[in-house]
Amino acid sequence: MRAARVLLRPVGLAGFGLLVLVLLVAVFGPVLWDGRATVVDTGNLLAGPSAEHWIGTDNLGRDLFFRVLVATRLSVALALASTGISVALGIVLGAAPLLAGRRAGRLVTGAVSVLVAFPGLLLVLFFAVVFGVGARGAALAVGLAGAPAFARLCHTLIAGISARDYIAAARIAGVSRWRILRRHALPNIAEPLIVNATMAAGGALLTFAGLSFLGLGVQAPSYDWGRLMQDGLNGIYVHPLAALGPGIAVVLAGLAFNLTGEAFAAAFGVDVIPGVARLRQVRNAAAEARGSGATTASTDAGTILSVDDLRVTIPGAQRPIRAVRGVGFAVRDGEAVGVVGESGSGKSMTALALARLIEEPIRVEANHLVFAGEDLMAGGDSAARRKRLGTSLAVVFQDPMTSFNPVHRVGPQLAEVSRFHQGLSRRAALARAVDRLRAVRVRDPERRARQYPFEFSGGMRQRAMIGMGLMGTPRLIIADEPTTALDVTVQRQVLELLTEVRRDTGAALLLISHDVSVVTDVCDRVLVMYAGRIVEELPARDLRTLARHPYTRALVAAVPDMETDLTRPLAVIPGLPVDPSRIPDGCAFAARCPLADDHCRTADPPLRADAAGNRVACHKAGQALPDTAEVTA
Amino acid sequence: MTVLSFRDVSVRYGSHTVLKGVSLDIAHGEIVGLVGESGSGKSTLARAAVGLAPLAGGRILLDDRPVPTRGRARPVQMVFQDPYSSLDPRMTVGESIAEAMRERLGKQARRAEITRLLALVHLDAARAGDRPGRLSGGQRQRVALARALAARPEVILADEITSALDVSVQGAVLNLVREMRRELDLSMLFISHNLAVVRYVADRVAVMYDGEIVEHGPTTQVLGSPQHEYTRHLLAAVPGAAHRASAGDRASAGNQASVGNQASAENRNGILSPTPKEHT
Amino acid sequence: MSETTSAAVSRGLPGRPGGLWANRWFRFALRRTGRLLISLWILVTASFLMIHLVPGDPVRAALGPTAPADLVLARTRELGLLDPLWRQYADYLVHLFHGELGTSITSRLPVSETIAQRLPASAQLAVAAFVVSMLVAVPVGVGMAVLTRRGRRRRTELAFTGTSVVLGAIPDFLFGVGLVYLLAVQTHVFPVAGRDGLGSYVLPVLALAIGPAAVLSRIVRVEMLAVMEADYIRTARAKRLTPVRIHLTHALPNAVTATLTLGGLLLSSLVAGTVLVENVFAWPGLGSTIVSSITSKDYPLVQGTVLVYGVGVLLINTLVDVALALLDPRSAIGDG
Repeated sequence: MRAARVLLRPVGLAGFGLLVLVLLVAVFGPVLWDGRATVVDTGNLLAGPSAEHWIGTDNLGRDLFFRVLVATRLSVALALASTGISVALGIVLGAAPLLAGRRAGRLVTGAVSVLVAFPGLLLVLFFAVVFGVGARGAALAVGLAGAPAFARLCHTLIAGISARDYIAAARIAGVSRWRILRRHALPNIAEPLIVNATMAAGGALLTFAGLSFLGLGVQAPSYDWGRLMQDGLNGIYVHPLAALGPGIAVVLAGLAFNLTGEAFAAAFGVDVIPGVARLRQVRNAAAEARGSGATTASTDAGTILSVDDLRVTIPGAQRPIRAVRGVGFAVRDGEAVGVVGESGSGKSMTALALARLIEEPIRVEANHLVFAGEDLMAGGDSAARRKRLGTSLAVVFQDPMTSFNPVHRVGPQLAEVSRFHQGLSRRAALARAVDRLRAVRVRDPERRARQYPFEFSGGMRQRAMIGMGLMGTPRLIIADEPTTALDVTVQRQVLELLTEVRRDTGAALLLISHDVSVVTDVCDRVLVMYAGRIVEELPARDLRTLARHPYTRALVAAVPDMETDLTRPLAVIPGLPVDPSRIPDGCAFAARCPLADDHCRTADPPLRADAAGNRVACHKAGQALPDTAEVTA
Repeated sequence: MTVLSFRDVSVRYGSHTVLKGVSLDIAHGEIVGLVGESGSGKSTLARAAVGLAPLAGGRILLDDRPVPTRGRARPVQMVFQDPYSSLDPRMTVGESIAEAMRERLGKQARRAEITRLLALVHLDAARAGDRPGRLSGGQRQRVALARALAARPEVILADEITSALDVSVQGAVLNLVREMRRELDLSMLFISHNLAVVRYVADRVAVMYDGEIVEHGPTTQVLGSPQHEYTRHLLAAVPGAAHRASAGDRASAGNQASVGNQASAENRNGILSPTPKEHT
Repeated sequence: MSETTSAAVSRGLPGRPGGLWANRWFRFALRRTGRLLISLWILVTASFLMIHLVPGDPVRAALGPTAPADLVLARTRELGLLDPLWRQYADYLVHLFHGELGTSITSRLPVSETIAQRLPASAQLAVAAFVVSMLVAVPVGVGMAVLTRRGRRRRTELAFTGTSVVLGAIPDFLFGVGLVYLLAVQTHVFPVAGRDGLGSYVLPVLALAIGPAAVLSRIVRVEMLAVMEADYIRTARAKRLTPVRIHLTHALPNAVTATLTLGGLLLSSLVAGTVLVENVFAWPGLGSTIVSSITSKDYPLVQGTVLVYGVGVLLINTLVDVALALLDPRSAIGDG
């Protein structure tokens, strides 16, 4: 599978083919052509290219083309040998913290980080002095000189693996350090190690060529490419090919290693961004989905946000992932609407799509998406629209640790909004930023504004993020899991701040959360999402008592709260959430639903509103659930 | 009676003291809940008990003898928070479980033992051949529990084992924990930041704040009538607390921050003082 | 601001209260200087030990098998090699402290003199090549990242990656040979070798800069792509800034910090790369000195040049770290 992926890429194919060729020449070259490379043609000393000698001859009249071919073995063998030395030594040094314990490990790591700062060639020269001039000395020198870099790599990789809990679990289970290295660490770092070793072999090849070129590597009568190049350089005015020929060989072999390494890296790495072919396929699929009749944009006065038939499609490796499948709702001025659902239900995608923050190649479509009277699906990205959105739509993201730019101070990051959308001067904008920080209860805002985000705690950053939304005059705040990364007490403070901001500014709130309790605390109305659709909409205060969809009811019952009956097992939703790339026909929840029958499995229930305006998408809405106490998923 | 006993345990990282003389006992067949905010030292306490964090002071005893942290037999086992990081992606479920077993078993016996352990956590024996990549978060956490059980431990330390799981799966794991305690008579230190979860599984609760245990006792007592200010503060912050207060439910008066009025803003500033320093 | 409020405020800070700012930089300076000193000590010790690690009699090796025995003995005594090792080490350190690097075995000239004479030519080459490669790499990398992000313009991306991989795989001295052939031998645009006038700089600088520029521009692109997927870029987009502003003020500084780390390594490898290129162009720098001294086994000269190269590299690394700390204050508090 992986090998196939490597070979299917043009780069991989070229690199791998070239590498095989180089290795074949290295193995069979001396056997096949040694005679022709050593035969002395006294009639053609230092001759130029001819039909007989393609790239000419050397000072003894030996054919340079065949000498280049025969030299492949020595050049490649030296490169591989030294890479072997580097890798072996690197693994031992890099694994030192794991094997020798913390203190000794730190010493080794320190030494390595000092050594790694010196460029390889300098170390090579140093070792070349110690080991003496010659092929063996050069191999040792290049090998040792490469070791610090590999030690650093192994150390970083192993440190990454060591932080994983399965290493801790193995240690707790009494598995020995060597066994942990062999069974857990090495297999998990093998891929990057192979990639780097391949690249390093290419690098070693070039280093050898350089050393021999300087006269410090292979000595006559042996010869490698660097040696041939050095011999050829003297006559570069007359016979450039004598120097360039072995040079080309070096480059080709170096490329073979590098391209193969690149291809491995690409194949081992995370899936790269999907290509054009897949995009086209998504567009077609989206166009089909669109045929299902468009409703007109009907929005009442007093509605700040209204969306109809919102669809978000992510191009996937095999088939497009339909993350959001036709979501429609409205948010009134000043209202707080919550969206709950499990991971993969499409709630965050919905939030980002509403804020128009989703980029290609992910597709966002909707019949209409009206914010403050303006259909955001129509028209381009004009400066006027940017200004309107920048000042009246605030967005708060989940992870306050990563949502601020680490290299800018907090104050200017807030002030940016006013400078660009409200035309304030740098000073006036900063003053407003300080004022807004004060408004979100950041203490000592003047000083805080001059600090970098890393000097803020998580809760404080989330306040500052809300403050950023208050730089304009927000009419809607979209908050995507704003408290998930925070502690309970800090969560409480941030939620209260949101409530307060809403009261002071009259802004509406769209709060995305996986936590039913958080949403019921803060919101007026709740949308429950499952598999990219809204399955139920009802007032927040009725969520625990009047929910009619089996999923909503199970979700509420599955989460213990401070009043949960301790004598009974928790309700459990059997099965797993739907894989959004393979959503079944019929109701997406049917496979996990105790009420589901054949009708549910074939016909997708529409989202119907009742007289009170509550909506539910279920054929069995409100029917009594069987006792789920004994179910264990 | 007491199985695992922390006596005046201190842990320091550099100049930063994470645990300041913590004492805590876990009795046989008992689940002790440990609550507190991130950075309060909950996880460090568990890691100290299995030798993953160095002790700067105090002792950790198992049946009055120091907990062995070397060698093959480790009577204290730990289950970690992140089910995606706690299983080696290169090893099958069966291999992971077998690695934790105390003694080398023959092929047959090993397979039978794996099947038995998987059955304990309600997983099909066929799962033994799967790699973790094919399992969901909840299933992985069951495997992690099975691996901990494979060492035939006397105490299991469960460090936030449900916080990385989806809500629909969390319940099943909590049910499993209660069931294992009932049927296997397990002793457990159950660490969580979620008071409702701890309330559901723990017999006793210890509240940790800034490296110290500020309150502990039977779950109903600590969560029902908290004595320490910080515990009350923590309880007031539980989502749904305001809802309960407005519903006229029991709630310790004065500490409920009813949303939105000026008095609560004052009150909040009062509450802020006992919060731990948030560590970035 | 009164004392009490600042004390109250500092409680909310992560870690140490009071004087945090000054403290952070002080700690950084202390740590960085410490590392520099340790590295220097290792370097000095290594260069001292070099002559002792050479198998056999270094002086005999340098003077050749035909040299008379009393001459070898005289030189050995002159170099202090008859003293006990600790004594030699102490002498070496004392001499270093006074700027003395010993005397060349072959030329009988003070090593420091030779180095002082040849260092500027090498340094000019390295700095010019670094500047050229940075000037090329950053705009090209950023441009490519913006053009090809999220799978757009696959062909451009492939062409760019392909070109940079190929260029990066060609060693600098080969570029030198190729450039000499094309631009000096064939067309006589630039001089073939030597250091004489501005024109003579073009080919060596190009030879040194092309490879690193190719590699660096790829790194800039990859860093830029990674940065553009970061959460704070999404925040910037939520502020509805223009794409140009997002790329230049929010993405680029972050991409540059990562690039700079590698840029430093690059500069130090350029210092070493000059060795090869100087040989191609018969450049009167340190590079040709070190090679000829290694082949002639002139150990005091080798020691001196290795030391100078090493110190150069260490200073560059320190400079890069300081620049990084200024650009991204987080790096000053890490244990880097």
